[in-house]
Amino acid sequence: MPSIRFRLNGAPTEIDADPDGMLLDALRGPLGLTGPHFGCGSGECGACRVLVGDHAVTSCDTPMWSVADKDVTTLEGLGSFERPHPLQRAFIAEQAMQCGYCVAGILMSAAALLRQNPRPTETEVRAALDRNLCRCGSQNRMVRAILRAANEAAAT
Amino acid sequence: MSSAAPTLPFSLAANPRLSSWIKFAGDGQVTVSPGKVEIGQGIVTALAQIAADELDVDIGCVQMVRATTAASPNEGVTSGSLSIQHSGRALRAACAEIRQIFLAAASDRLGVDASALQIEDGTISGPGNVRTSYWELADEVSLDRDATPGSKPKSIAERALAGKSAQRLDIPDKVFAQRRFIHDTALPGLLHGRVLRPENARAKLVGLKEDAARAVHGFGAVVRDGSFAGVVCETEAAAEAALKALRKGATWAEGEALPDESDLAAFLRAQPVESTLIDTRTAANAAKKERTLKRQYVRPYIAHASIAPSCAMAQWSGADRVHVWTHSQGVYLLRNDLALVLKLPLEHITVEHLEGAGCYGHNPADDVALDAALLARAAGCKPVRVQWSRADEMTHGPFGAAMAIEIEADLDAQNEIVEWRHSIWSNGHAARPGRGTKPTLLAGYELEPPFPIAISGNPPQANGGGGDRNSVPLYDFPAWKIESHRLLTMPVRTSALRTLGAQGNVFAIECFLDEVAAERGEDPVAFRLRHLKDERAKAVIRAAAKRAGWKPAPKAGTGHGVGYSRYKNTGAYCAAIAEIEGDEEIRVRKLTLAVDVGEAINPDGVINQIEGGAIQATSWVLKERVRFDRSRITSNSWTEYPILRFSEVPEVEVEVIQRAEIDPVGAGEAAHGPVTASIANAVFDCLGVRVRNLPITRDSLIAAMEQSS
Repeated sequence: MPSIRFRLNGAPTEIDADPDGMLLDALRGPLGLTGPHFGCGSGECGACRVLVGDHAVTSCDTPMWSVADKDVTTLEGLGSFERPHPLQRAFIAEQAMQCGYCVAGILMSAAALLRQNPRPTETEVRAALDRNLCRCGSQNRMVRAILRAANEAAAT
Repeated sequence: MSSAAPTLPFSLAANPRLSSWIKFAGDGQVTVSPGKVEIGQGIVTALAQIAADELDVDIGCVQMVRATTAASPNEGVTSGSLSIQHSGRALRAACAEIRQIFLAAASDRLGVDASALQIEDGTISGPGNVRTSYWELADEVSLDRDATPGSKPKSIAERALAGKSAQRLDIPDKVFAQRRFIHDTALPGLLHGRVLRPENARAKLVGLKEDAARAVHGFGAVVRDGSFAGVVCETEAAAEAALKALRKGATWAEGEALPDESDLAAFLRAQPVESTLIDTRTAANAAKKERTLKRQYVRPYIAHASIAPSCAMAQWSGADRVHVWTHSQGVYLLRNDLALVLKLPLEHITVEHLEGAGCYGHNPADDVALDAALLARAAGCKPVRVQWSRADEMTHGPFGAAMAIEIEADLDAQNEIVEWRHSIWSNGHAARPGRGTKPTLLAGYELEPPFPIAISGNPPQANGGGGDRNSVPLYDFPAWKIESHRLLTMPVRTSALRTLGAQGNVFAIECFLDEVAAERGEDPVAFRLRHLKDERAKAVIRAAAKRAGWKPAPKAGTGHGVGYSRYKNTGAYCAAIAEIEGDEEIRVRKLTLAVDVGEAINPDGVINQIEGGAIQATSWVLKERVRFDRSRITSNSWTEYPILRFSEVPEVEVEVIQRAEIDPVGAGEAAHGPVTASIANAVFDCLGVRVRNLPITRDSLIAAMEQSS
């Protein structure tokens, strides 16, 4: 299998992978990450979203060849307990989940939105998350958390 | 009335050993070990609040232990909005007693009367600056003793944590990508399994060519027993590839036909049934009946559609002992059924809980646990992880049962209700594992010889009933008769889904009432209040109405509707008011709810549950219906089984009526019925059409308009 190089959460990474294999399988398999979650395998639910460059993509149907030489960011790379991303702080502050399985992908969609549009309106937030599903009904809390994070980022 | 002798709370009576609930670890930690499990509802946090409060320890030093059959109290299943009632009350009583036991021990050691001692952050101190702690005393105080009835928990005023919103203990891990979910849990040497399932759930596997699967790089084993077949491989990708190869080599004999999805009521009402008279009330002086109003309401099959596919791990040691990791709602109950299928004594099986995605009832969590145990038998002593596909999750798990509900009311000359009759036709709403002499796990039906397929039953009325849940009116009608007809055939597999029959019954009752109120020209809120005696019921309706500004002035293209129920007739009170926009389609703009759960242990947790329930119910009402043709379930993806999206989610406002003096009940299922009815009633207010077949889609609106014209 050919070797594919990309940057994963800022670190140069090289793995032997089928170019037509899916990014999620590489991330959760040989690369050992658990931030992106498997939900459907066909790009419909968004639990597996990661950033490729500044865009949130569903890693379950993103082929490996397409991320060669790109920057891939997963939830692990968004922030940490010690240095949380404003979105992570805001999701805790708003208690913005029930089960939290979908949150890994929703945080990445939200991160992409804030990179492209640092002060989104509520309608823009909802539109940006429309391809992420949440089954527990925590959407409104998540929207509030994203707006809170945007406000905080703007204030600092 | 003489005061009864004190008794232990339900779960503590079943598991009286104090040390099975609470342990003090040497490092200043308290381990709290409930039998209930986290299913995304935040229960673990509420239970930690209760324990920390009664013990007077910092909540930060409370370690919540995941349920396991190896150590935890057996609290049955985490369902029915009963965890606060069962686990919460047991912990409160156990901790209150433990506190007294330690105070007595501290009194002995310090030579100070126990009444002069106080506890703060686990430190026990008294006059003269004497002090000790739970941890210093832990070696000499044995909690290996049974709880005694009559322990005195703190008064409301003394509680520092319970009743106040607390941050969920699990949320930081989930935003920082820590491994909390079973899906993310790594075990050394973990192998991966996949199970081959047919399109028609009852099809028989009559031929299987294994060569192509065996040729996959990383292949480990094929397991075949009757119609059960699966693969074990070194990696998940290999398991997927081998499964794909196995599927190509499989030949199936078609199974039982499915009903006609376009006329569920006709199907449900034509089946052999077991009929139960649920309740009757007769009037002493009945007013004269002038006419009878009769309506039929239909709820379709509803999928759990959890955001994660079900997953489990299993590891054998030797040929007769197995350890299973599961996100089941009931580790002990699952163990019962595993023992039946695997033909092992209970003590040879350990079932341990790990968190899964949000769980709304009996989903395939238990099924996949048996799958893992069966596949792991072919893996020597290595652990095997099995994860279902999205399609299998949407088609092979149990569904919430479809319901046809007919209500007839005799009305007098003033359109007042003289007599009320409510009949339900539905499959049973419960086929959970571990409760019978035969297993109810999917693979059990596939093995050779197969176990007989369990036709779903209904929990007894004392436990809230099943198809009949919330069918007995909460309103003070003079006379009624409630009947439940449980199907004795089950072409579509059904079991417990959030609220069981309550969503359908409350939808029917509250929509029917709305119709009667409209016939009378009476405001639907006033009509309900006039027929209720329970002040807590009236309080939630009034609170929701006030908050929603009931009733807003009519405006073209918008509508408002109300719905109310008390879950299970004994649980949480909830009233909902919906504001919708409607034309060819319905958009729910806002839901305003008021809820009374008695003592709200974690008020923000209650709001979160009610909000989530309201949004999920909106999704059920506007979008959801399991689809099938005559041979297979066709709604096998999010495209075929759409749920509510972010841009479609209504604004939700929740008011919690805090009643700290009243024993708490659960909140997870209170909103579905009232919200469903409030939306349907708002559709009438907006468009003048009664939609009695869920979901309320463009198609069902058109059908209802055609029917009414």
